[in-house]
Amino acid sequence: MFIYYLIISLLIGAATMLNRNRVVRIVLLILFLVVQTTMTIYAYYHLNEENSGYFKFDALGVIFLCVLTILSYTTIYHSYVYLKHRKDSIRSQSIYFAALIILIVVMTCAYLAAHLGVLWVFIELTTLSVAVLIYHERTPLSLEATWKYVFICSIGITITFIGIILLSIAIQETNIANFSFKAIPAQLINVNTSWLKMIFLLMIVGFCTKMGLFPMQTAAIDAHTVAPPPISAFISTTLMNVGFVSIFRTYTMFSHTPILKWMNIILMLSGIISIIVSAAYLLKVNHLKRMSAYSSIEHMGLAAIGIASGGIGYFAAIFHMILHSFVKASVFYQIDQFHRNFKTYMISETGNYFNRNKAGAMVFLIILIAITAMPPSGLFITEFWIFKALFTSSHMFIFIAALFFLTVCIYSLTKNFLFILFNQTKDLLPAEEKPNSTETYTQYFLLAIVVYLGINPPEFMINLLNDAVSILPK
Amino acid sequence: MTNILLITFAISLIYMGIANRLSTYINILALQGIILFGVSFIELIQINTLNLIFILFETIFFKTLAIPLFLNYIIKKNSITREAEPYLPDFISVVIITAIILGSFILSNIVSGIFIRKMFFLAALAAVFSGLFIIITRKKIVTHIMGYLVIENGVFILSLSAANKMPILVNLGITLDIFVSVLVLGVFVNRIGNTFEEMSVDNLNNLKD
Repeated sequence: MFIYYLIISLLIGAATMLNRNRVVRIVLLILFLVVQTTMTIYAYYHLNEENSGYFKFDALGVIFLCVLTILSYTTIYHSYVYLKHRKDSIRSQSIYFAALIILIVVMTCAYLAAHLGVLWVFIELTTLSVAVLIYHERTPLSLEATWKYVFICSIGITITFIGIILLSIAIQETNIANFSFKAIPAQLINVNTSWLKMIFLLMIVGFCTKMGLFPMQTAAIDAHTVAPPPISAFISTTLMNVGFVSIFRTYTMFSHTPILKWMNIILMLSGIISIIVSAAYLLKVNHLKRMSAYSSIEHMGLAAIGIASGGIGYFAAIFHMILHSFVKASVFYQIDQFHRNFKTYMISETGNYFNRNKAGAMVFLIILIAITAMPPSGLFITEFWIFKALFTSSHMFIFIAALFFLTVCIYSLTKNFLFILFNQTKDLLPAEEKPNSTETYTQYFLLAIVVYLGINPPEFMINLLNDAVSILPK
Repeated sequence: MTNILLITFAISLIYMGIANRLSTYINILALQGIILFGVSFIELIQINTLNLIFILFETIFFKTLAIPLFLNYIIKKNSITREAEPYLPDFISVVIITAIILGSFILSNIVSGIFIRKMFFLAALAAVFSGLFIIITRKKIVTHIMGYLVIENGVFILSLSAANKMPILVNLGITLDIFVSVLVLGVFVNRIGNTFEEMSVDNLNNLKD
């Protein structure tokens, strides 16, 4: 089944690339969404089944596949709006949508990969397909960002590959090395712990480029600055989920070896430093998209801390990633409309958004509540669980530091968002076009999901989450 | 024989430290491609013939001919000056690369257990670190790519050391080679040459807070 999905969607991607007709393109995109949705439903009803050799519909993959499918509807819609306003040539629109389809397919494969080598290949492919999209605006600045993104991600993925080779050398003692995630833990029993530590470190550094954790967070930030807003929404949600899934799988793989404690220390440090870095930059940032990017880094840090503190933290980290995806995607969709209104991303050159676009401003206000994890938002409960896990695993110092720097982040985000919404001290040029409130419906929808999932998480989702963390040590 | 080839490989890294002209860098990369061809021929002679032909073809055609020729073409087309313009004097570069090789020697002696092959590990580690060193100390964007190619050669050697039991790893490494090279070389260097007059790293500092 999965192989048919791959073939069909790649064919649709190729057709989108070659097609120059507007109506046909819309038909192709709808067709792709149907295929993607069918695949997701099929995966959900065939949970924990292996398919096409190298793929497996396990709980963790299916959860994030659902998130991806929901967000691909909204992203394709907003890409359409974005391109309509930019008046790009038909050719560059075809390239854009083809790359977008390939990106979605590749991310689906990365979520569902059941083999370390396959996961690695698809992570590499995400870099290539997203690079085309980041470079869409064809300005010197976007070239610079694309160059940095491709280069840093390539080096990161090479470092991961060194880790994988060392892993294969380490487990070669057992006669046949098998690299599926199911078979690796059994082969790790006799491996020297210092080897394991080295392998884990190398693999994590590479995956951090995708997730945006501390040592390699810069690539993602620069990419956000120039990427089209709907693509930024993908980079900061589903693509970071790819990094999260790979780190989570690596962690699961090693979690029954003696290095568990050491891995926790590494992830804890990486997480807390990510929060500190984002807090420091948020204080002085003036670019709206960079601000949202740093806020993503902060949430990734929280998720890493959640994994590292164990217990309910595993569950909370995955839940946090899901909710964060919906919130952050709606931020970037709204930023697109915001940019068309002001023609700039610089916070200090804007203001009084409430009078210019009521529907959009309400979205920003709700986002502010959601992203700083105030109670109706689902992120409140996940952050509460993460801090609870920190507390019960007696990491008091990290607990206090995380709370302190989170407060700094909340202060900066609130200050900037309120400035955008209510500051009336500037004489700004009126917007050229009347804002269209139908464009905000998707954001209200996503934010409603966030609130709903926080208050009343559906039964099937809880089961999936419990299934995903069930292999980890308690 | 393998050892001699790997030692030659390590020496070529030192030569890269003092090389002044971009064409010398390209020649060294081609030489490394030939060395890798030799090593993989000796090491992998027992594996499946089709796979062996594929790997040998990749080393001799891709690493030795295609990439050096393409780099030459890029340098001519964008009229890049032929100096590598390092930030450090040559003498210090050589000292540092020698120190890197010495360090990898010590490290591979420490970690070499029963299963690792010391010579491969040494050469690979030295290549990875020298590549990173070349990336950070040279001014031009094109030398970044050369440093990256050196890193990839190192990774290739490392994957060869595990290849007898898992030839799939070498194939994965080759996909890395091809994907990244095609994208990075093919698309970006042409574009960067058109957009920025001087292909220097100093053009890449506009994105900041």
